[in-house]
Amino acid sequence: MLVNEKIAIEHGLKTDEYKKICELLKRTPNFTELGIFSAMWNEHCSYKSSRLHLKKLPTKGKKVIQGPGENAGIIDIEDGDAIVFKIESHNHPSFIEPYQGAATGVGGIMRDVFTMGARPIANLNSIHFGSTQHKKTKNLLRGVVQGIGGYGNCMGVPTIAGQTSFDRSYNGNILVNAMTLGLVKKDKIFYSKAAGLNKPVIYVGSKTGRDGIHGASMASASFDEKIEEKKPTVQVGDPFTEKLLLEACLELMAGDSIIAIQDMGAAGLTSSSIEMASKGNLGIEINLDKVPCRETKMTPYEIMLSESQERMLIILENGKEDLAKKIFDKWNLDFAVIGKTTNTKNIELYFENKVVANIPVNTLVENSPMYDRKWKKSKLPKKNKIKKEIYNEIKIKDVLKKILSNPNVCSKEWIWQQYDHTVMGDTIQKPGGDAGVVRVHGTNKAVAASVDSSAVYCWAHPLTGGKQVVVESWRNLISVGATPIAITNCLNFGSPENEDNMGEFVECVQGIGEASKYLNFPVVSGNVSFYNQTKEIGIKPTPSIGGVGLIKDYKKMITMNLKEVNNLILIIGKTEGHIDQSLFARTILDESKGPPPEVNLFNEKNNGESLLNLIDKDLVKSAHDVSLGGIITAISKMCIKGNKGIKLMTPKNLINKTEYLFAEDQGRYIIEINPEDLKEVSKILSKDSVHYEELGVIIDNEMIINEKTKVTIDELKSYNSNWLYNYMDS
Amino acid sequence: MKSSVITFPGSNCDRDMDVALKKFGFNNKMVWHNDNELPKSDLVVLPGGFSYGDYLRCGSMASKSKIMQSVINFAKSGGLVLGICNGFQILVETGLVPGVLLRNKYLEFICKNVFVKLDNKDNPYFKNIDKDIFELHIAHNEGNYFCTDDQLKEIKDNNQVAIYYSNNKGQIDEISNPNGSIKNIAGIFNKEKNVLGMMPHPERMIDQSLSGEDGSIFFKNLIKNIK
Repeated sequence: MLVNEKIAIEHGLKTDEYKKICELLKRTPNFTELGIFSAMWNEHCSYKSSRLHLKKLPTKGKKVIQGPGENAGIIDIEDGDAIVFKIESHNHPSFIEPYQGAATGVGGIMRDVFTMGARPIANLNSIHFGSTQHKKTKNLLRGVVQGIGGYGNCMGVPTIAGQTSFDRSYNGNILVNAMTLGLVKKDKIFYSKAAGLNKPVIYVGSKTGRDGIHGASMASASFDEKIEEKKPTVQVGDPFTEKLLLEACLELMAGDSIIAIQDMGAAGLTSSSIEMASKGNLGIEINLDKVPCRETKMTPYEIMLSESQERMLIILENGKEDLAKKIFDKWNLDFAVIGKTTNTKNIELYFENKVVANIPVNTLVENSPMYDRKWKKSKLPKKNKIKKEIYNEIKIKDVLKKILSNPNVCSKEWIWQQYDHTVMGDTIQKPGGDAGVVRVHGTNKAVAASVDSSAVYCWAHPLTGGKQVVVESWRNLISVGATPIAITNCLNFGSPENEDNMGEFVECVQGIGEASKYLNFPVVSGNVSFYNQTKEIGIKPTPSIGGVGLIKDYKKMITMNLKEVNNLILIIGKTEGHIDQSLFARTILDESKGPPPEVNLFNEKNNGESLLNLIDKDLVKSAHDVSLGGIITAISKMCIKGNKGIKLMTPKNLINKTEYLFAEDQGRYIIEINPEDLKEVSKILSKDSVHYEELGVIIDNEMIINEKTKVTIDELKSYNSNWLYNYMDS
Repeated sequence: MKSSVITFPGSNCDRDMDVALKKFGFNNKMVWHNDNELPKSDLVVLPGGFSYGDYLRCGSMASKSKIMQSVINFAKSGGLVLGICNGFQILVETGLVPGVLLRNKYLEFICKNVFVKLDNKDNPYFKNIDKDIFELHIAHNEGNYFCTDDQLKEIKDNNQVAIYYSNNKGQIDEISNPNGSIKNIAGIFNKEKNVLGMMPHPERMIDQSLSGEDGSIFFKNLIKNIK
């Protein structure tokens, strides 16, 4: 087929991009070449709208072994061990086909991690759905959860934490972000950089089919009415084959045969081969007749653009082919030598003895477009003036019931019970806590991980929202006793071609950057997902932050369950009474204006580090960070989990009691201590200039808010535990 | 005491079982599904996982694998064979224990702690155990045990039920049944009581920091009985 501008535009390229391709090649590309350009130059693979801004993120640190740019980021957890981790989106496919979309999202991120030589040890996810009233929400939720479970459970990797939210801005575009952590020895890490000439290029894993052709292009476009027609672009997952691929790759990696390895993710064979060549500053020659195909008469175009799952590309040392083949035969996987590295710096494709594509690698990577898109700065909204009289009409118990049973606060047990969270025998903090925790097998160490997002704050003021997500991740890790090390981010936004959406992106990234720099909590990997919108309307800006921390002695891990009657409850950090953009404002006052709570990075760092110090000195019995729903929501969850009650004290400061209980000021934690330790604890906190107050005393069976208002723990449980089950049954 | 854990290509609880067996004193060997012969063993374990992907009936392909012929012979000669989760599914497919395992009643994978009540201590697995109600962990999609009325009668007549899902007081009621299993059956023996298949994972409950420690009691007792 002859290529012209019209065909290029059908491939999602812009007119000037097509012109640039012709200039770079000094000729018109053929159809296969055009397909390759469109795959490499789309937003998903080229980061053309985001690159400029992502450069500003802090990515270095003492513990960082590998920052962004590889399959995943890597951090040092001492004793020669390292953690490989990354989060990635699979939003568009999951909306079109929730089970397969979510499943292959999980499969893809695990491959990114084991490509680097690491055995996956934990999965997390951040999933966001439309309004609970929307007709599609229930089925999408069910499908996504089953898909995530279906893949992770079969792989035998525990799903240890996650986040689920509902907001009508996701009605037509749900978000599915999957994160994986893997464990590797520091001296056995594998990279994707090709090296050496005439080295064999090996294809392993599943056969190539026609599924997922142009998946990456689909993920780089907005949705419209014709979305159902895109079903064939969704890949189909086979977790069993991925399990075989994992074991076979790790077996081969135990030796010294591999020069470089790269999974075939978005844009399949195209992006994997080109990335390896580009990083090694080499050329690559592939004979497409050798690629194992599932279907007959596949064209070079289809083979190069297929996104069939569970495939890897490996560059081997010469002479190691037989040894490698033996391993893949043992695991019943396809193995084919499909090409070699060359010094041409071109990607050369042969099919039926003819050259079917010949493109300089640098035109596809370094010369790919980069845009400085127009963006609009957001003003900090003015504070709402809430009349204090409103509070007099409010019954705290009714509000508490509404908040605890709110879809975004209620227990997500219905979800995480469908995920195997205990396989591998090292999960010491299950889903439902501040962070999931797994032991580093056979050691005293444990790794904590959490995934967070606050779309409402980011929507109200992107810069503050961006900072807030990072500090929330930081607090969640500290709440389980982990020292935060680094983050991965999944940046879900609307169209970069829309100035408002682009502004949200730019300022959220700026906020993330400021917070992670201040906290020395660098970004080591991530992914950008634009065009999360239906027609013209974008989703609320939703950066998801996956944080990872280390607990040196896992016996010092903290949970949020209240432990013992008569123990004291303190709140660390100052409560100013910030109600704007809180769950209380939105659900009780029906008010959506105003700024999100301010993020004070000094306080975050100081409060967090001081709490870690208390934990290290064994002074903390339980801890929980205060976030959505304020103090009362946080303490309710601690009561529910520990099956204990609390007698709350009247706050000494002057702010309104309702504001005190429901405000979402940042930088706060609730902790439980032994009353005998109060003196020492207050000494340490005062020395560190950390504000704290006594919040209450642990009692049996009920929460006493004041003399008139008491709620039994069973009532709290029923508010919190049943909502999602009832919703899914209705 | 020597044990063998069979690794099918999609097994994923094989390492956990290896860790547990070694922790309680077994000299354990991992055996590949494509091998023909079992090493000399006092106990053979079929671990949890997805043996061959289980896209067909769970465990059906595994029951026909090379090593299973040796496992079946070993069981028939009186050797102890323990199948956990997918291992239980494989055992019913071989016919070593009666019945089938259907998809969970609510059509969802379930991962949580459950209580089980022992029904029968007159066997090598539970002899001398000083506890009747155990807190164990389940993680499965197809654990809904089913058999015909005739089979059920035979199972009862021969005391073949090993454990029932119960509440923490040992009451066997519908609310404690996580997956719809007939009569709350969570684990079952062959007639001779040397083969045990059960859905709960004792290997996930072997230390204080995990979901609980009742699995430790099971393994400690088992190795004592074998000695």
